[in-house]
Amino acid sequence: MTIIIDRTREKPVSGGPVSVAERQREKAKPRGLYQARVPIYPKLVHGPWRWLKWALLIAMLAIYYITPWIRWERPGALPDQAVLVDFAGARFYLFMIQLWPQEVYFITGLLVMAALALFLVTALFGRLWCGYACPQTVWTDLYIHIERMFEGDRNARMRLDAAPMSFDKLWRKAGKHAVWIGVAFGTGGAWIFYFHDAPQLIRTFWVGTAPMTAYVSCAVLTFTTYVFAGHMREQVCIYMCPWPRIQGAMLDEQSFQVTYLADRGEPRGPHKKAESWDGRGDCIDCNQCVVACPMGIDIRNGAQLECINCGLCIDACDEIMDRVGRPRGLIAYDTDAAVAARCAGQKPQHRLVRPRTVYYAGALVLVAGLMTQGFLTREAIHVHALRDRNPAYVQLQDGSVRNGYTLKIANRGFETAEIEIRYSGIPGAVLNSPGQTASNPLVVRVDPNRVTPLRLFVTAPSAAVGDGSHDAAFEIHAGDRIRSVATAFDYGSSLR
Amino acid sequence: MSENERDEHSGVETTGHEWDGIKELDNPLPRWWLWIFYACIAFAVVYWILMPAWPGLNGYTPGLLKQSDRADVVSELSALRAQRGRGEALLVSASLQQIEADPELQAHALAVGQSVFGDNCASCHGAGGGGAPGYPNLRDDVWLWGGSLEEIEHTLKVGIRAGHADTRMSMMPAFGRDGLFTAAQIGDLTEYVVALSGREADRAAVTRATPLFAENCAACHMPDGTGMRELGAPNLTDREWLYGGERSEITAQLTNTRNGVMPMWGNRFSPGVIKALAVYVHVNAGGGEPSLIKVEAAAP
Repeated sequence: MTIIIDRTREKPVSGGPVSVAERQREKAKPRGLYQARVPIYPKLVHGPWRWLKWALLIAMLAIYYITPWIRWERPGALPDQAVLVDFAGARFYLFMIQLWPQEVYFITGLLVMAALALFLVTALFGRLWCGYACPQTVWTDLYIHIERMFEGDRNARMRLDAAPMSFDKLWRKAGKHAVWIGVAFGTGGAWIFYFHDAPQLIRTFWVGTAPMTAYVSCAVLTFTTYVFAGHMREQVCIYMCPWPRIQGAMLDEQSFQVTYLADRGEPRGPHKKAESWDGRGDCIDCNQCVVACPMGIDIRNGAQLECINCGLCIDACDEIMDRVGRPRGLIAYDTDAAVAARCAGQKPQHRLVRPRTVYYAGALVLVAGLMTQGFLTREAIHVHALRDRNPAYVQLQDGSVRNGYTLKIANRGFETAEIEIRYSGIPGAVLNSPGQTASNPLVVRVDPNRVTPLRLFVTAPSAAVGDGSHDAAFEIHAGDRIRSVATAFDYGSSLR
Repeated sequence: MSENERDEHSGVETTGHEWDGIKELDNPLPRWWLWIFYACIAFAVVYWILMPAWPGLNGYTPGLLKQSDRADVVSELSALRAQRGRGEALLVSASLQQIEADPELQAHALAVGQSVFGDNCASCHGAGGGGAPGYPNLRDDVWLWGGSLEEIEHTLKVGIRAGHADTRMSMMPAFGRDGLFTAAQIGDLTEYVVALSGREADRAAVTRATPLFAENCAACHMPDGTGMRELGAPNLTDREWLYGGERSEITAQLTNTRNGVMPMWGNRFSPGVIKALAVYVHVNAGGGEPSLIKVEAAAP
């Protein structure tokens, strides 16, 4: 007998959903978990901050695109590219500097310095990085400019988006996306030149013989540039980037930020010509600061996570102030403390030297000092001594004891170096390297720009060494520098 | 087509099929599932065209890409041989001394030697070549069959007590097992050998064993016990003992002589690899000519 269980026929619990099917239909309805992006149509403004942004945009894009093409003569078969991250050769070249992977701490130090500098600048002058130098800002600015070239300024773009599809709309949209993708490809394409010899790569790239990593990196960066700068824009800053959330800890009431001077602007309201300005603020509520904002916020609400401090609202407001005949600077770089002071009728005080800025500057100077010191005392010759552990020692027929070592001699210079190796700590010990007669010290020549492994045997009369592990050292004389590399000399049945 | 029946509770159309009063709801597949399914079909068609796919009477359709794992393996192997061929040619064309003296060649030989040693020699001689009881230490200056580059290379090629016509051959008789000596004589000889290496021994036993050693052992180990390299007879006066230097171990060797075997490697490795291995062993034993200094034999 078949038992049919049909839960859809169960009576609904009073007050609850009517049936399972009802509940499922309820579930299937779109939920408001994610907010759709509200399109932002920033209006073009003119003014000193806009010009500064254009200048920085051109300067930074120029640095990005030109740097890999700068040549720098280096000896031998070394690459002649000034800035090159050579993964295949495991070297990082920066003009006269050549770093080995072992020296990655210099890169770490550089990043620490960059972070501290960012902290300091943010504490003093707010988010200058976000507003002017961040690649997301620079490329978004460039993309908005391209958008403007095809679709016109704010009002034209809004009309175009609202209009039904037409040939005019189609070619404008298609043209915009084509140029966007072209710029994105140029961005990804320039990136890969930092990792290979640029003149060679540009040829191999087009004939399909470049390394796969070049194509993949180019494709990934093309995609991210197109998506981040073209489609996501301010959402990258608001939702993806951790920095806007961290910078709240750097800013205080004495930090210069793009600020609406509420003391001067309020109470705001529309203003007719020939009306008196007495008893009211300078803000005429024209909304020009809002429409100019690439982040789509109202600066008059005070400092906000979304605000990247780009200064475009300053330009927009100044233009209006000129037109209504009021002094410029209703929106300006100013501090919260100054606004509060003026509201209270006091004279504002700006304090650049504060415990916070002193700490950041001190840490920055400290790290920079350490880096400089490390860099100036950087040695071309670096030696590691690896002692043979299996067997720890051997006893020769004449009763003497021998330990084996491998010296890894790194010569970071560009010339063959002659170094003298002296073994100290064990009286009567002699050094020999296979194929050479035993001596102490031993003179070896090491090739430039590579690590040379050197097999070394140290033989000591057994009378000179007791049972156990003895401290010893290789003294490396390279040029006028002497460096001691600690090691051990082993002998005895306990070590066998 | 007429309107299908709708289920009154879910509002979903039925398929019109009915089994014992149960009707099937015609819930469509999720759209994403459907598109992946279609994409798979399209992929399969492309795959048939590009890759080996359909069996036929005379084999299978090779596909436009002519993909074949077998051909890949063959080409990878030949590429590997070509790559190794360059190093092999370098090693074969140079003498052992040249290989050891030239830093580039030596580095190459050591790299080849290390991997070959690790795979083939380390199981007996130890990963570092330090040896074990019954397996010679390759890191010191004691060489039963000679420690020069050429002698090491020859030993590697022909092996020790291996099947090769020119193999290194020495055969110490099993004096106890074969009844050549009595247990008492072996005891005396043990004391004699202990005395040879400069240790305290029973003087009376040494005196008793002196003629025994002269008649039976001195032919190979020489009258002073310093051994003979040509015959592979070990030096009994030093501190190195292949099968152990304790009295019990010497007695055991005299009674049930062990004669260890090393395989001949000449028929397994190419000449270049043998050379690399010889250089590797030689370099790790200190290189150069092994010291010929011997410990002064204690007068028995």
